[in-house]
Amino acid sequence: MNPDKWLKNNTFHHSEFSDLKTLVKLKEKKGLKISLCIPTLNEEKTIGKEIVIFKSELMTRAPLLDELAVIDSGSEDRTLETAASFGADTYLAADILPNIEAKRGKGENLWKAIYQLKGDIIVYIDADIKNIHPRFVYGLVAPLIYKDEVKYVKAFYDRPLAFTDGIRPSGGGRVTEILIRPLFSLFYPELTPIIQPLSGEYAVKREVLESIPFPIGYGVETSHLLDVYKQWGLQAFAQTDLDQRVHRNQPTRDLGKMAFGILQAFLKRAEAHELIKLKDHYAQVLKQYQAHNNNYESIEIHIREEERPPMIEIPEYRKKYNIKDQPSGT
Amino acid sequence: MESRIPDIVADLSEIESRIHDLRETLLANLVMISEIPAPTFNERERVEFILDKFTESNLQNTSTDETGNALGLLPGTEGDRNILLVSHLDTLFSEKIDHSVSVESNRITGAGIGHNAVGLATLTVLPMILEKLEIKLKSNLILMGSARSLGKGSIGGIRFFLSNTKYPIKAGICVDGVKLGKISHSSVGMMRFEITFDLPDDYDWKRFGTIGAIPTLSEIVTQIQQIPIPNKPRTTIILGSMECGTAFNTIPTEGVLRFEIRSESEEMVNNLKYKIQNIVAEVSSIYGIDISLNIIAQRKPGGIPFSHPLTNCARNMLKHVGIKSWIQPDTSELSAFSDKGIPAITIGMTRGMRRDQIYEHVEIDPITKGLIQLIGMIVSIDRGDCDES
Repeated sequence: MNPDKWLKNNTFHHSEFSDLKTLVKLKEKKGLKISLCIPTLNEEKTIGKEIVIFKSELMTRAPLLDELAVIDSGSEDRTLETAASFGADTYLAADILPNIEAKRGKGENLWKAIYQLKGDIIVYIDADIKNIHPRFVYGLVAPLIYKDEVKYVKAFYDRPLAFTDGIRPSGGGRVTEILIRPLFSLFYPELTPIIQPLSGEYAVKREVLESIPFPIGYGVETSHLLDVYKQWGLQAFAQTDLDQRVHRNQPTRDLGKMAFGILQAFLKRAEAHELIKLKDHYAQVLKQYQAHNNNYESIEIHIREEERPPMIEIPEYRKKYNIKDQPSGT
Repeated sequence: MESRIPDIVADLSEIESRIHDLRETLLANLVMISEIPAPTFNERERVEFILDKFTESNLQNTSTDETGNALGLLPGTEGDRNILLVSHLDTLFSEKIDHSVSVESNRITGAGIGHNAVGLATLTVLPMILEKLEIKLKSNLILMGSARSLGKGSIGGIRFFLSNTKYPIKAGICVDGVKLGKISHSSVGMMRFEITFDLPDDYDWKRFGTIGAIPTLSEIVTQIQQIPIPNKPRTTIILGSMECGTAFNTIPTEGVLRFEIRSESEEMVNNLKYKIQNIVAEVSSIYGIDISLNIIAQRKPGGIPFSHPLTNCARNMLKHVGIKSWIQPDTSELSAFSDKGIPAITIGMTRGMRRDQIYEHVEIDPITKGLIQLIGMIVSIDRGDCDES
């Protein structure tokens, strides 16, 4: 598919979908169930607001969501108690698929949501959004409801610092602009119109989610894009402008760790797609440095981007969803 | 005489369970309202939100007016009486401050949350609650988010409405966020002042011995504090804010002092006004400086007596829900009702702390009791229990 044509046809603004009555009617006509998953780790300050808003606006007032779940990595604060007190279904990631050795990471929670939640569509929303609004959900699920060929919808946001009339800056964060976009431009140019490939908010059809592997760390969003693109092509994607997203800003040092994890997931796929040839082994230790007066101290961080297999290959999942055929693999 | 508790709210556990889901809707609206900045005279965006909610609840005549009030009408089965519920739209906070709200298990924190986003959120869910409880009022119920209430707004929104509405108001309830248990049946007399000190750049400092706005305004403050204040009628002067100066080493040439006189007696308010006018004139003449004293807002004392059936009803409803009541005079929308001779009362919806601070918070659980109190009062007014015999 021509990227320019895709950009024109598959890029939306959330305001196009604010008629929730019509959206819910179509969702019900198509017999779709929609689950919201909020992955958490120590988010007691922000989780309450998200649950209150989504439950009231998208379950009580307009029944767009059939399920609202928090999947937690083991918070030490009151994240789960707060979420439960406002009516969310709460799960500890380690309690889901208990026979599989637990791992810690956001991707792990997202992957286990596929097993635990019932929806034909699962929408993932981060828990640290300060300006939460129902648009974060309906803006992402609406293209999946309206357009049958769309399977995966990414969010993108304004990042207005200062701009003149007519030109509106649209771009990703620092890691997107200095790592992902150059990599995509080099190896996957068709994916460059995806404005914020690393945004943590997306809605996906189950048929896709159950068929792709999940890195449990920083690489989950990047690997999704590459795997879905390889299997279903650019036309399976859409993206929605959700206006502003106010959240915690990460220090540059943390972005380094993020980029390191993303690179591992990217290189693995680029090699599988026969775009590059790697040596048998590459380092999984990120080295960063900090200064104490005139002494420089090396900090070594082990970041191994582990991956979960496609959920459809997990026997418990196949049993739960009564899937008889042999897994096809990816 | 104790008013009869309406049957609909008689069984507390039953009504609590029936309105529980809508309490969640109230909380969601509370969050969304609080996150819309609404400094006085700039309430438009909040008005749009409130009107959307009124429209969704099928209220009639959802509209705004010349002062920017948000209005909706729930028609009564007979419609020959009108009950007005009002909460003010504006806050003390500018658009520039962080309006994001945080929600914890039993409290919500944010700028202006209790003063008065809780009141507004209550109005937005009230039609749904009445519908769910199958309460059909004989009277029309008018819901109003009132604009231009605070500071220089001087309750302009409700004053405009009461002066221009074609619906004669039988009784009013001012719905305040904080504090549950409060009953205001009388409004105190109030006069709000702003003293401004502004010197030209070429002022000769050596001539008169003053060294800028701070000592001059301080001199005025000192003299105001020396005015004898009587215990009866109860009277107070609130020195609210003083702004002047920019740096360690620059003499401020501008300054503003804001204060308020409150008294149960209008005569006392006027007496104090004359005394303060004399102080300002004296300081002005000593230093040879133009100091202006402007009246920003004023209210006449008034209201209904403690023994009025409406006050009794409020006390009984609070007793019914197990909350101790207390009486507190008011200077808010209640004054506009009393100016028009309309019986009205101000009640609170929940508990809270740090009123008018950026980190104000309100408690979630007591809101249910606040709602029950409000529903009971509306039903009582509707069936005539609060009419004076």
